[in-house]
Amino acid sequence: MATKARRVGSSGIRRGEAAAGWLFTAPVIVVLGLFLLVPVLMALWVSFSDWAGRGSPFAGSVSFVGAKNYAAVLVDGGLATRDFGTSLRNNAWYVLLVVPLQTVLALFLALMVNRSVLRGRGLFRTAYYFPSVTSSVAITVLWLFLFSATGAVNGVLGWLGIHGPNWFNDPRGIVHLLLGAFGASDGPAALTQGGVLGVSWWGWLAGPSIAMTAYILMAVFTTSGTFMLLFLAGLQNIGGDVEEAAMMDGANGWQRFWRITLPQLRPTLFTVLTLGLIGCWQVFDQIYTGTQGAPGKTTLTPAYLSYDTAFRTQEWGQGAAIAFLLFVIIVVFTLLQRWVLRDRPVSRRRIRAYEPVPAKEGTR
Amino acid sequence: MRHLSARQRAGQILLYALLIAIAVVYVYPFLIQISTSFKTDEDAATNGISLLPQVWSFAAYERLFANSDFPRWFFNSAVVTVFVTVGRVFFDSLAGYALARLRFRGRSVVFAALVAVMSVPTVVLLIPKFLVINQLGLFNSYAGMILPLLVDAAGVFIMKNFFESIPASVEEQARIDGAGTFRIFRSVVLPMAAPALVTIIILSFQGSWNELSHFIVATNDPALTTLTKGVASLASGQLSQGSQFPLKLAAALIMTLPVAVMFFVFQRRIMNSTEGAVKE
Repeated sequence: MATKARRVGSSGIRRGEAAAGWLFTAPVIVVLGLFLLVPVLMALWVSFSDWAGRGSPFAGSVSFVGAKNYAAVLVDGGLATRDFGTSLRNNAWYVLLVVPLQTVLALFLALMVNRSVLRGRGLFRTAYYFPSVTSSVAITVLWLFLFSATGAVNGVLGWLGIHGPNWFNDPRGIVHLLLGAFGASDGPAALTQGGVLGVSWWGWLAGPSIAMTAYILMAVFTTSGTFMLLFLAGLQNIGGDVEEAAMMDGANGWQRFWRITLPQLRPTLFTVLTLGLIGCWQVFDQIYTGTQGAPGKTTLTPAYLSYDTAFRTQEWGQGAAIAFLLFVIIVVFTLLQRWVLRDRPVSRRRIRAYEPVPAKEGTR
Repeated sequence: MRHLSARQRAGQILLYALLIAIAVVYVYPFLIQISTSFKTDEDAATNGISLLPQVWSFAAYERLFANSDFPRWFFNSAVVTVFVTVGRVFFDSLAGYALARLRFRGRSVVFAALVAVMSVPTVVLLIPKFLVINQLGLFNSYAGMILPLLVDAAGVFIMKNFFESIPASVEEQARIDGAGTFRIFRSVVLPMAAPALVTIIILSFQGSWNELSHFIVATNDPALTTLTKGVASLASGQLSQGSQFPLKLAAALIMTLPVAVMFFVFQRRIMNSTEGAVKE
């Protein structure tokens, strides 16, 4: 191998560089290979096997069962399918609410904190970012207290004359509650008869339960600070000259935001949405610490279900199958979002609007 | 400064009021946490929102330190965090340097593999990691808790980016003077890399101190319980009858302290490191 290396490889100064290169990267390659690549391959095998958690999954007694585990989760219609469907329903609502809320809030905070006239910027920045450094376990414990029946949140709601719910014990879906307020407490037969993954259409439309809503608020609370920092970095990169020019041309604040600032923030927006989406499909720590899927399985998420199925129910094949399905979901959503936010050919009118904007993406 | 019209001034006041209100929402929960940890159980249950305990009670802390496994959890978390942080600083910078500077065949393949690895969601790895740790006989050992966390792809990525941003001339000089590659790395490159190393220290400290899922699948021995795992078990009712919020909140508070201290010490650095990470 070394004999065919580039000429510099054998010259005096760069002698031994190839060996050093492999030596320096060896620890990383070994650890990541052993605890990342090998595990994934092993789990892939387990998801197609009937391994029951005892001994090695490669022992002779373990046999290949084809797609049986995937079928149990996806098409059999039994408890495993219903649980998986329910967890997907719960997590989908979580994603649907958390991703837009945290992105909009983070962008808003960044825009406000970035204003040069603002005094005490550092102080505000610190306050908004602090929740992001604490561990998900510690925050969950705090949240369980704040949202307990007699907790601070219900205390504040009480000042407003609202009798707050018993948050983490309330399985009612908020969309169902809203519909109920208009008198539609039972779904139409068309929605309650049919369904997919063991959950009726009406069940899919339940919305996040009140318990899940508390988790949604927690996610927004803990991640908006991190994403605010990303947006701040993006804002500092684009500089103020274009905006000043627009101001000279008489554009008002709203126009400047939509036409100047937001288009230039597109790369950051892309990063924030991607990280948000990936993170939101992986909710585990909070559920493990807090409700473990209760009440009424309305806080069950695929990540927690995968753990629970394998480690508690000892259905290792199904647990691994759920993990891979979750992986596929995350990949599909990331690609979908990449496609939605792709650079489209813009209309001539728009091009004219963007014309004076210099290409800034490559600058450091 | 500029002269502001009355309307602008009103807008200005409104803006401050809004930002302060949001800041209160972000900070108040932590103040509640601190005060509740000094309350009695009934006080916590009835006055969830007040910041002053009716009677100052240190029962929660006495219970945690004198009469529970809490000190053990703290010790385990500290051990793991120290080893992981030292390991990441050393191995991430070695690999980052090699990928940025050393010419060897297969370098681009290694780098591509690294980027691919970064995109695998960690939660998907729960069962897989257990399988390998079990197979290797590392289940219920410090080795099983530490080794899998010892390097991280993102850290290598950060170090590689950093080394590419500084000029190679100093190293070239040392090379011409006849120093070996590791010698150059240790005495010339590493000292220059201090700012990036601080970033790695912050990220790995925070990451391993706050890690939960890996320890769930790597151990079930109570003697190896970390803070995250222990406090999570407190939250779901172990060690306590009824709600006992002061105890749980005190435990969560102590768990937060080291990360909070680090945050305030390295505040400027943390804000900048996140910026550095996005720019790519």
